[in-house]
Amino acid sequence: MNTKAPARPGRKEQLPERFQSYRHVWVFVEIEEGRVHPVAFELLGEGRKLADALEVELAGVVLGPAGAATDAAVAAAFHHGADTVYLAEHDALASYRNEPYTRALTELVETYQPEIMLLGATTLGRDLAGAVATTLKTGLTADCTELAIDGERSLAATRPTFGGSLLCTIHTRGVRPQMATVRPRVMAMPEPDPERDGRVVRHALDLPEPDFVTKVLDFIADARTDDVNLAYAEVVVAGGMGLQSAENFELVRELAAALGGDYGCSRPVVQKGWLPADRQIGQTGKTIRPKLYIAAGISGAVQHRVGVEGADLIVAINSDPAAKIFEFAHLGVVADALTVLPALTEAVRRRVGVPAPVAAG
Amino acid sequence: MDAVFDHDTDPEDPGRRGLNLVVCIKQVPDSAQIRVHPVTNTIMRQGVPTIINPYDLFALEEAMRLRDQYGGEVTVLSMGPPMAEEALRRALGLGADKAVLITDRRFAGADTLATSYALASALAKLGAERPIDVVFTGKQTIDGDTAQVGPGVARRLGLNQLTYVAAIDLLDRATGEIVVRRRAEGGLQVLSSRLPCLVTVLEGVNEIRRGSIEDMLRAARAEVTVWSAADAGIEDPQQCGLKGSPTLVKRVFAPTPREESAEMVAVDGKRPAQIADAVLDLVFAHAPKLETELGAAPSEKERR
Repeated sequence: MNTKAPARPGRKEQLPERFQSYRHVWVFVEIEEGRVHPVAFELLGEGRKLADALEVELAGVVLGPAGAATDAAVAAAFHHGADTVYLAEHDALASYRNEPYTRALTELVETYQPEIMLLGATTLGRDLAGAVATTLKTGLTADCTELAIDGERSLAATRPTFGGSLLCTIHTRGVRPQMATVRPRVMAMPEPDPERDGRVVRHALDLPEPDFVTKVLDFIADARTDDVNLAYAEVVVAGGMGLQSAENFELVRELAAALGGDYGCSRPVVQKGWLPADRQIGQTGKTIRPKLYIAAGISGAVQHRVGVEGADLIVAINSDPAAKIFEFAHLGVVADALTVLPALTEAVRRRVGVPAPVAAG
Repeated sequence: MDAVFDHDTDPEDPGRRGLNLVVCIKQVPDSAQIRVHPVTNTIMRQGVPTIINPYDLFALEEAMRLRDQYGGEVTVLSMGPPMAEEALRRALGLGADKAVLITDRRFAGADTLATSYALASALAKLGAERPIDVVFTGKQTIDGDTAQVGPGVARRLGLNQLTYVAAIDLLDRATGEIVVRRRAEGGLQVLSSRLPCLVTVLEGVNEIRRGSIEDMLRAARAEVTVWSAADAGIEDPQQCGLKGSPTLVKRVFAPTPREESAEMVAVDGKRPAQIADAVLDLVFAHAPKLETELGAAPSEKERR
């Protein structure tokens, strides 16, 4: 650790000349297995605000083999706010692989020189962003929860830090583009405008297959259908350490089922091994934006908070009246979750009926 | 730096010496025990125990499994302050064969770009002694949560990058082929690639072994190799630490409480059923549409 504060170079750091012409905001439009990941639209909504603040264009970047998937992605990017789409089609981009995608995106950046580039913090986006940022020797800020432009056209990227106990705002100095990733559901989905159109810039790529060592042999789609909707569920019930045991999560599942929603948990629950990691809600798990979120026995650390703040209505049940969760919940119940959860399930069944289980075949 | 990873130049019979595997680990504060000073908003580090980044243990176990199956050795590598030696010694106790710590004041304040530079330099030096087959990392750290250092190292060394690996299905030393299952959105990609490569290991795919008594004793006596920036073969100190970091933390702060404090449901002297009804009343008062949407959900069959 540094004991002395680092010497601060002059008050303002001049951006090197070669980066001064970098302009416009880019969003990487992620396509996996032929479908655009909704995080790309969420980023276009956020990118629109940044581009407007900077008075520049918002562009989507679409990579993939020529065909229906890229055509649909281009149109959808315009509908969600892009002015321009950079389109690079090549058979080597058929399935995601790090090497050809890194080469393609790096080449586009070097050719058209954006000042900001946003990617979804998915397994694909993180794999690609890390490689591209290193190739370009530029800064990359992961899992941002807020993006803004400061007085000097600089991207102010805010994210949780110190294991999610505080927030920090990060800038990229002396190099462009400024890169950031954002998790799915952190930003609101913009209303699409099906009339909206824009300019397509086609870019030809030279990607000879023998250059690429890694081959995709197969894609094994997840057989489980029960866990895919957590991030996009309208109602979510989650439990924390206050549930006291893995068995007690049945109470969470039952209330979620009665409400026709999905269920999750806080990070310590996953660390305890009570629920699998794909059930974790928070900065390092899933971010949710449901109409109703019920948090039972969850203390409400920052890292959990940033994953649920987009919920329309947050109901917190915790026996500790000083729990942090009451600082951002809309409704609070100071009581033992183990007694309130089954009572709520019962009340929901009584008052709104029992929803039919989703057809599971 | 690519050349030192080129197996074609390895004069040794590849099968004889077994695999050369390096696992990058990080010593992190145990996040469960981090406390923030309520007034100054600074982290109270004093007395917070440090651990090996939990995600790295899955990488270490995966490397040791390959070693046990194919022979060879596992080296753990870390960049950090001198006290990070503890984490490396613990990894030796779990069964790693060798440990290298790179530590230098010039590394302080490194972001992910500067960290990947320092680690890649040390890996290149290790690889010059004997070509490395696989570099392992955890999928991310619990203190930074960026998942960027692994890809950064792979990129700098020209290693084939295999992230979020759930399983290594095949490793053929003769042909250098490796087949892995990689976590993607909505499924697993089955990828074929070649050594040398960098693998970031998904959490929960294995269970870290308990070190044997022999390993524990060996770890207590073992020498951890300690390298300065110069020892690690770092050519450009300007690319290290704060100087080599394009990202700059401008502000650290605690989130502000919501302007309106939570509406608390009265619970005193109430039975759970009464509390539940009070909660639902308030939920539907705040979100009237929810009641009709939930009410619409039951099927005809359920109604009967």
